Amino acid sequence: MNWGVFLRAVPSGGGTYLDWLLSGLQTTVTLSLSAWLLALLIGSSMGVLRTVPNRWWRGLAATYVELFRNIPLLVQLFIWYFVLPELLPSAWGNAIKQSNPVAQQFLAAMVCLGFFTGARVAEQVRAGINALARGQKNAALALGLTLPQTYRHVLLPMAFRIIVPPITSEFLNIFKNSAVCSTIGLFELAAQSRQLADYTAHAYESFIAVTVLYVLINVVVMLFMRWVEHRTRVPGYIGGK
Amino acid sequence: MSDFDWSSIPGALPYLWIGMKTTLQITAVAVVAGIVWGTLLAMLRLSTLPALSWFAVSYVNLFRSVPLVMVLLWFFLLVPQLLQAAFGLSATTDVRLVSAMVGFSLFESAYYSEIIRAGIQSVSSGQVAAAYALGMTYRQTMRLVILPQAFRNMVPLLLTQGIILFQDTSLVYVIALPDFFGAAYNVGNRDGRLTELLLFAGAVYFAICYSASMLVRRFQKRIS
Repeated sequence: MNWGVFLRAVPSGGGTYLDWLLSGLQTTVTLSLSAWLLALLIGSSMGVLRTVPNRWWRGLAATYVELFRNIPLLVQLFIWYFVLPELLPSAWGNAIKQSNPVAQQFLAAMVCLGFFTGARVAEQVRAGINALARGQKNAALALGLTLPQTYRHVLLPMAFRIIVPPITSEFLNIFKNSAVCSTIGLFELAAQSRQLADYTAHAYESFIAVTVLYVLINVVVMLFMRWVEHRTRVPGYIGGK
Repeated sequence: MSDFDWSSIPGALPYLWIGMKTTLQITAVAVVAGIVWGTLLAMLRLSTLPALSWFAVSYVNLFRSVPLVMVLLWFFLLVPQLLQAAFGLSATTDVRLVSAMVGFSLFESAYYSEIIRAGIQSVSSGQVAAAYALGMTYRQTMRLVILPQAFRNMVPLLLTQGIILFQDTSLVYVIALPDFFGAAYNVGNRDGRLTELLLFAGAVYFAICYSASMLVRRFQKRIS
């Protein structure tokens, strides 16, 4: 083992191999966090739609969930990256193809991870809403709240709090799944591990460093979510105050 | 919008089928090995010996915090060297399939062990006490009393995990092993018809996984 390799200058000049590693880490974190925001947004809306009385909205949300859960992430990513520009009107497609390649990769990866994880978040949100006592919704409607108000003030504040533990594992998954995006040429952590192994000829050091960074991300997210869980606990529920 | 041209698919079907066989092979090996090794891990984790349960906890946590892509890259690096050391194989032997199978089995066993642990813990503790009271040993208790009941409760979850695993096998793309997805990608690249082939691959995966998950759901309804 020779950990000194990370301090050597890269052949193109301007920085060391350690900088490559850190830039990979930065891409992984930025990508995962932005995709996570998208996933929360889509997942919450679709999860709510799966529980509304209107049959058509429910069907739409169910179709979304089934579609994005039954196609492998890698296939979805390639479809977003390679196929979508072809399906759009050619003016749009060409505009996409002429834009900055790194921005294209990042955007495709973010949207892909967001929609993929959104389907899983939607299932958790639906489960959270369905876990509430039916009387809560009926009581809110009987008090004269409209359906949107019922969701906004009664159902969602409770549902979001009780689904924190399952949502945590989806949050962890999005960081791990972001490694798939190395396949379209995005230089996040997993891609950097291969590039470092190729350039330094120290495969073990490169892989160990990247693996440790993934474990670290995992630990940080877990600690953060434990804090969130503690803050949002519902008194009177299992594990509540 | 470009016009679709699906004409390269019919001729490529035999090649795609070879890829699908690779996909199914990896899935089958990983499901069987994952459940066997996962069961052992779950039993180690519930063991009263601290060293054993510590080992199982570390194993499961390590594999669950590392992306599958990294695990595949790791085994693609490690397996050739191990095989070389053990059997004296030359470094040029094609080990992509073997390393994918080893990688998937060890990775999935971490997930299976969590499902199985929950299954074992769902069996009421009176069952263990009763088995011991009848004079059964630990092995007999596990084999004859606990595991049969635990597995009956777990079957839907184990099957669902199998569907997820089937989807995940597409990631062998990172070690350039042509499974079904890799084959579709290669054909698309060769004929300049990537759009059609990727959509076709997506449709095939969807058809298989959606029908499989419907079957699991129906099965779950029947046993509950």
